[in-house]
Amino acid sequence: MILTDDQRQLADMARTFLAEEGTIKKQLRHWRDIGCKDGFGHGLWKQMAELGLTGLAIPEEAGGLGLGATEAALVMEEVGRNLTPSPFLTTSIVAVEALKGSEQGKRWFPGILSGDTVAAFAVDEGPHHRPRAIALEAKRSGNGFALSGSKQFVVHGASADLLIVAARTGGSAGESDGLTLFAVPRDAAGMTIENVALADSSKAARISFENVAVDADAVIGEVDGGWEPLRRAMRAGRTGAAAELVGLATGASDMTVDYLKQRKQFGKLIGEFQVLQHRAAHLFGEIEIARAVTLKAAELLDKGDAQAGMMTHVAKAKAGRVSALAVQEAVQMHGGIGMTDEHDIGLYMKREKVLDALFGDSSYHARMVQVTG
Amino acid sequence: MSDLDTFRADTRAWLEANCPAEMRTPMRSEDDACWGGRHFAFQSEAQERWMRLMGEKGWTVPDWPAAYGGGGLTPAETKVLKEEMRSIGARSPLSSFGISMLGPALLKYGTEEQKNRFLPEIARGEIRWCQGYSEPGAGSDLAGLQTKCEDNGDHWLVNGQKVWTSYADKADWIFCLVRTSTESKHGGISFLLFDMESEGVSTKPILLISGYSPFCETFFDNVKVPKDQVVGDVNKGWDVAKYLLGHEREMISGMGLGSGSARTLAQSLGAIDDPVLAADVALFDVDAIAFAAMSEHFIDQLKAGEAHPAMPSMMKYAGTELNKKRHELTMAAGGSDALEWDSERSHGGKAAREWLRTKANSIEGGTSEVQLGIVAKHILRLPGA
Ligand SMILES: Cc1cc2nc3c(=O)[nH]c(=O)nc-3n(C[C@H](O)[C@H](O)[C@H](O)COP(=O)(O)OP(=O)(O)OC[C@H]3O[C@@H](n4cnc5c(N)ncnc54)[C@H](O)[C@@H]3O)c2cc1C
Repeated sequence: MILTDDQRQLADMARTFLAEEGTIKKQLRHWRDIGCKDGFGHGLWKQMAELGLTGLAIPEEAGGLGLGATEAALVMEEVGRNLTPSPFLTTSIVAVEALKGSEQGKRWFPGILSGDTVAAFAVDEGPHHRPRAIALEAKRSGNGFALSGSKQFVVHGASADLLIVAARTGGSAGESDGLTLFAVPRDAAGMTIENVALADSSKAARISFENVAVDADAVIGEVDGGWEPLRRAMRAGRTGAAAELVGLATGASDMTVDYLKQRKQFGKLIGEFQVLQHRAAHLFGEIEIARAVTLKAAELLDKGDAQAGMMTHVAKAKAGRVSALAVQEAVQMHGGIGMTDEHDIGLYMKREKVLDALFGDSSYHARMVQVTG
Repeated sequence: MSDLDTFRADTRAWLEANCPAEMRTPMRSEDDACWGGRHFAFQSEAQERWMRLMGEKGWTVPDWPAAYGGGGLTPAETKVLKEEMRSIGARSPLSSFGISMLGPALLKYGTEEQKNRFLPEIARGEIRWCQGYSEPGAGSDLAGLQTKCEDNGDHWLVNGQKVWTSYADKADWIFCLVRTSTESKHGGISFLLFDMESEGVSTKPILLISGYSPFCETFFDNVKVPKDQVVGDVNKGWDVAKYLLGHEREMISGMGLGSGSARTLAQSLGAIDDPVLAADVALFDVDAIAFAAMSEHFIDQLKAGEAHPAMPSMMKYAGTELNKKRHELTMAAGGSDALEWDSERSHGGKAAREWLRTKANSIEGGTSEVQLGIVAKHILRLPGA
């Protein structure tokens, strides 16, 4: 796939902007070290809105740029390279995809466009991503629904104004029929939100729902027909996360190759040792492959191709494995300094682990390739 | 009954009577390890008593000669003791760089006086040691070290800097490599022992990616060291250093044994309902059980003096790579629960912090690359390696 001029321009813009404003020093370390409860900065989120990025995937008629998964992937790659914490993935990619074409979109898109609204995606109920196993119950009550159950690993859940919640209105655990997607505002009564810090210093909530009352119009799409928007949102999220992983792997690998050119042992640059050269070269190849399959998945999504779902599983699995290799090689080739908090390379390792788990880890997606491929 | 059976029965009875119940529970974290030393804050009276009782019997170092505070046990008896301890789940009474690293080097290279002075206090956990090998410019290329040690007549004068010194801020004494001559790279190094309370010694902790700070930068500014604290000959410290490294690697390779198989670890964190992950865990278990068999064989070979001197490098490489894999699988099995960093339900992020700590296994004590280089050169005798 060859990028169009517009896509290249967007990628250049995101690269320049994030390399300036989204750096580890200005964002990740800064928010971590001051113990920020959101784990990201709203200032950057506003700047991203000014550049049109928050509304990247919002349809043009709703005021957005109307772009697709490919453009989102190009931006995510730069986010990954800089480890930039922001609600871009959960809000502008996942929530927007879920809300597209629904009445709820009209309500929430303006805030997302202006950088005032943060959205979170509440799917997982156990330590592993098992979307069909969703059990959180939505019972009809009055002219709406009452939600009861729990969610975990809801990224930015405690900072979000809007929660996209996947619930069961019918069927039973294990089935994709009978799921319904709800747009739940943060102030809905009956939610207990525990803000949990993760290894990479990002925040993901554990949320318990106790008869949380929502109106009938909180339903996104059809009652019992939630699998369709849910699946669309997950595919967008997985492709975005895969692109972030590719960017992260590239960032870690670049930092390592630089180090190989600087660090001297035995009177030589360590980059002169062939064992390290070959591993760096191997890693380079793996990252290129992961990037190619990620862009392929995005392209198929944008085309509405029947193979898109399978390709997003491959992309997420491959990007997860490759970026795990990248961060392990990075820390190892840095030696002792790679184990220190002061050096940035360890931050890549922590972020990688969290991103791999997000929307299903490599094992889950490898399994899905077997099942659906 | 054979002598060994009698020994087993006696050992079992003694352990039964003396090992406190608290010391028969699995360690919850690294913090439960007992390090001993002048300033060690024992976590409980049981922990202190267990170290003292075992030390008095010489069973913290069962196979060292009794004259130096050891248990004087034969290799077969040592094995029996370990088995009996394992069968009641007894914790190690003492974790110590003195036991696993310095002791063996002193036994081989120390003067009679040095052995009498240092070994018994190592066995009883009275002095906590740290290792001053690495320097900012000398990591894998350890012999490139620069810390200067001058002969000042009635004492040595030490100036320089060490880095990555584990527990330097908690240690009482340091065993340290210093440069006593610049004429030859390997032939100008000496092996020096001194008190960390000596004037001119200072340490600065370094924070790790796991959030812990077990190691330090260590600075020596005109430190005066008594003349009789060099181990081995002056300028011949490299031999002592290498011998000690063999023991360090042997110890680190033990990490491959881990605490339980990946399956048990994984199950303690959550059921493995993913067939791909389950397959990975099964393959891992094959490696782990096979490695345990190799470990036993290796220790037998070592005790019989039949191990190739470079074998600890092979074992260190295999054991540490295995341990890293174990923790990768533990994290995968734990899913998002295991990613929590400081919540109560994740026991303060235990799984994640330990996972990150294991990434150092293939760096500390000589990197995996260096171990493979040693195997290629000294066992396979490959050209140019
Ligand atoms: C947790 C931890 C605890 C430690 N504790 C102590 C301690 O108590 N006391 C102490 O003295 N030291 C300690 N160390 C230091 C440790 O021994 C060094 O980190 C190690 O020897 C590597 O040196 P380095 O960090 O300078 O890496 P470097 O030597 O800079 O290595 C960087 C990379 O280059 C590779 N490389 C270097 N040379 C070669 C080669 N010839 N061929 C191929 N690849 C090569 C390495 O394998 C590594 O991947 C500790 C380290 C850690 C991480």
